[in-house]
Formats: sequence, structure tokens, C-alpha cells
Amino acid sequence: MILIVVEYANGKVSKSTWEMITAARELGREAPLTAFVLGSNIAAIADEVARAVDQVLVADLPALAQYDPELWSAAVAQIATEGEANLLLIGGSRSGREYSPRVAIKLDAPLLEDVITLKAAGETITAQRYTFLARVTETVESSAPIAVVTIKPGVFNPATPKTDAAEQFDVDLNLPTPRLKVTGKTAERSSRISLTEAEIVVSGGRGVGSAEGFTQYVEALADQLGAAVGATRAIVDAGWRPYSEQVGQTGKTVQPKTYIAIGISGAVQHLSGMNKSKTIVAINRDAEAPIFKIADYGIIGDVTQLVPAILTELKK
Amino acid sequence: MRILTYIRQVLDAEESVHIANNAVALENSKLVMDTMDEYGVEEALRLRESGIEAEIVAVAVGPSRVQDALRTALAMGADRAIHVETDIRLDAISLSKVLAQLATQEQATLIFSGGQQADWDSHALAAATAERLNWPQVTWTSALELKGTTLTGKHDADEGSESFTLELPAVVTTQQGLNEPRYPTLPNIMKSKKKELRKESLDQFAVTPKLKFVSVEIQVKSRLNKILDGKDAPAAAAQLVDLLRNEARVIA
Repeated sequence: MILIVVEYANGKVSKSTWEMITAARELGREAPLTAFVLGSNIAAIADEVARAVDQVLVADLPALAQYDPELWSAAVAQIATEGEANLLLIGGSRSGREYSPRVAIKLDAPLLEDVITLKAAGETITAQRYTFLARVTETVESSAPIAVVTIKPGVFNPATPKTDAAEQFDVDLNLPTPRLKVTGKTAERSSRISLTEAEIVVSGGRGVGSAEGFTQYVEALADQLGAAVGATRAIVDAGWRPYSEQVGQTGKTVQPKTYIAIGISGAVQHLSGMNKSKTIVAINRDAEAPIFKIADYGIIGDVTQLVPAILTELKK
Repeated sequence: MRILTYIRQVLDAEESVHIANNAVALENSKLVMDTMDEYGVEEALRLRESGIEAEIVAVAVGPSRVQDALRTALAMGADRAIHVETDIRLDAISLSKVLAQLATQEQATLIFSGGQQADWDSHALAAATAERLNWPQVTWTSALELKGTTLTGKHDADEGSESFTLELPAVVTTQQGLNEPRYPTLPNIMKSKKKELRKESLDQFAVTPKLKFVSVEIQVKSRLNKILDGKDAPAAAAQLVDLLRNEARVIA
């Protein structure tokens, strides 16, 4: 059995889940594709994902209302053991990458982290992943009765649902008491499209001049293009933008169809978070900026003049 | 209390990556302590400076050269260091077996480990170690306070950030924003040379690697590099929009 742990947000199955389903389907295995949905009030999620897999296991419990690494790892390990799964797919989100190592330890299984390709032959799992701040592609291999794999978001094509729905089964869980107590939450601003799911990302760096400059150039261009906004570490540290928008080693990794970098010089830590984007566009004053080396299109010049000119052109 | 801070030695961010003998060649490059781990060392020092009685032990696993990174941790202010020397590259799940055993031997109650690592781009060591020890964990921590045995702070979650409380013992992953790591001063560098750096052999930890590292390659996606001169802003803007619309076909 291949077990996929369903990721969802705001009442909808996340893109990462559809990507995991593709990764599983591409293995071409006979084993049934099982989706595991855990949380509270998740009937709609289970119904939605049922149209893309062979069966759905559902743990809809009040105790699962809030994600916790110990709860999630205990639940997933239990279901994987009971279902005699030989492959466990978990999303490469913050939470997925946080609880998956616990699952691997519980199952005495290898962990293949943040993979971009996946192949299976018998018990041998072969996968590729990025290393060295996404500058190197490494091939790793495991050989074990069960392997835990996290799938890097934005790499596999999202699967399309079929018309018929798979059967759903409720499961019982033995859950531990969470020890990490969450006492408050600061939500990311959700007015705009999500950074990791957007087809176009417009990002800004120090070259936009100020927090006001970011609004005036980066946000304006993002709004015009229906894009998500991103930021460099430098301007997040400067307090111009929230951390949730940071792209790079310590922020988010994005792989949109188009990445537009405005006033970003291109430090290696930033590049590691966006250098796999399909098309990269850069606007920067400094012709020597490293960002131009990985850009498909670019303009060397003044952001404050160029972005308004681009906006005028787009509105024509 | 005793705090372990896990240290990795990685390529300096400004260095380029080279491959030799089917592995990333590090020997002739500038190597540094992973920035992510510096936040952990710094946070341990700050906890102590806030009046908590703590011994800070820097821990690393790897070849002989890794001791240089441990020396940096000692120069920052860690009290002593343990170096488990091996040329075998261990995956995070196997490595956590070493770290968990060291934590038990040392009777540590707090472990710091860097978030996303700059060499294997992994984030698994902390959680795997916590699971082996049956400790809770908190990842991507951006603010931390310790009162008695209660940790409070802030950390990043899937969407946004959360405030938390947690009882020790615990594993904490560190990241930017947590603090500003100090530079070792010359007197502290001199002092650190006299601090204990204990060598251990990997054998006693009974570790079997879970992953085989098959190959590495540097994939450079070829880029079009069509860079325009922006002196005439309206003309350059028009040309760029035309390229994006009609050549790349990425915007409407």
C-alpha cells in the first residue's frame, strides 16, 4: 500500500496533495493508493481527495483540531503500520518536514527528504533531491520494507481528479497528549494568492528603496499580474515585510512558472529559494548583480522608473 | 542544566560548489560553521548570560576537519566540545542515533540544532533526535525564553507563526531572527584553545546508515540571459513586456 498523508488548508485539499498523488501514480505500482486525512471537521477534504485515489482513511477527531508533530507522527505511524504500507508520502511543507522524521524513527524506516523525483523497484526507492542550498542535485537510495518520503512542493504536476469517488473508512487512533502548547497565532496575510502555489511571484529586495517602495512597485506589479509577493531576507530583517513572504534558505522555496525579481541582487541564500523557477525576470540597477546570471529576461536600470513604465505597458 | 548545540561545518555561502569522485569536494574550499547552528550557540550563550546556570557542549559528527567548526563554537563561548570522528556520511535518521545517545550520556535537557542545513538541505535531525529521546520539539524558533524548566517563544508554522510554551527537556531548531550571533573575539579565540575537545569514535554508537548516497551532479539550467538596457525606461519596459507576452508567453 502507498499511503499519502493529505495536506489541506482553508477547507480545500492543497496543491501539494495533488502533487503527491502524481508522484505515487508515476511509480506505476499495483499497490492501492490510499489517502489518509486527519484533522477535525474534514469531511469535505475527504470527499474531495476521494476522487483521485483508491481508498480514503479518515480520522476526524476533535483532538486533531490543531496540528502537532507528536500527534501527527503517532497517527501516521499507526496507520502505516496497520495498513502495512511500504511507501509513505508526506508533503514537504514545514509541518510535513517537521513530523516526518518522527514517523521514520517510529517505523525504523529510512527518510528521503524533500525529493524531486521518485522511483521504486521492489524495496528499493531511488530519489533525487537538492543539496548545498539547491545548487547540487543528489541521488539517494533506500532499501527497506517501508520508506518515508517527503515530496518537495511545486515539482510534480498536480493530479487531476477522476469522476468516481473511492470508498472512505473511519479509523481509530491511539493519540499521545501534545506537549507543545500553542498559545497564540499570527496568521499570514491571506488577501493575496499563496506564495508557494502561485504561478507568478513578484519579489522585492533592497533595491525597491523602502517599505513604501515595495508597496508602490512590487505589490502593484503583483496585483496587476495576479501574482504572489515575495521578499529577500535583507528587507524582512529591515522590517519592511513579514517573514511569511521571505524567499530563500530560511524562508520559502518557490518554483513558479515566472519569478520576477525587483531590486534583488541575488545572494546565494535567496537564489536557493527560487533558482528552479521556470522563467526568471530581473530588474536591477547593478549590471554585475548575480541575479542577472540566472535570469532569462532582465532590465538593467532604475526600478522606480522601470516598474511604473511596465505597469503602463501592461495596462495598454 | 546542560545544553547541547549541534554544529555542522559547511561550505561558505560565497564559495562555488565543485564535484570530484562523485561527491561535493570541500577540501580546497573555505568551510565555516553553518549559520543556522550559530544561532543555536548564540542562544545557549544568551540563556546563560540571562542568569541560568548552564554548561554548553558543542557537538559535531564528521571527518577530522569538522573540529575547526567546533573550535569556532568554543571561541564563541561554548564550554567544551565533543567530536565524533568519522568519514562516513550519515543520513539524518542515522545521525540522530548518535546525537540522542550523546544527549543521554551528557544528561542534557536542551538541544539546539540549526533549521534547514546548508549542506544536505535537511531539516530532519532535530525531530528525529527528539523522537528517539521521547522529547518534544519546536522547530523554526524565532524567539525563546527559559524560566525554570519552561520554554516560551515564537516559531514559524505552515501559515504564519505561533507562540508556544514547552517543558524541558526539548529539542529546538534555530533560525535567523532568533538572535544576532557574536563574532569570537581574539582573547576568546586564545582561551578556546585550552578548552576540552573530546574525540569519540563512531563505533560505540552502533549506527547503520539508512540511506545510500548514489551520485551528485551540478545541474545548471541554461538561461536565456536577454538583459536589456533600461536607460530609456518606457522603451525597455515595452520590450520586456513584449518578450514576456509573445516569446516566453508567461503573462497575458
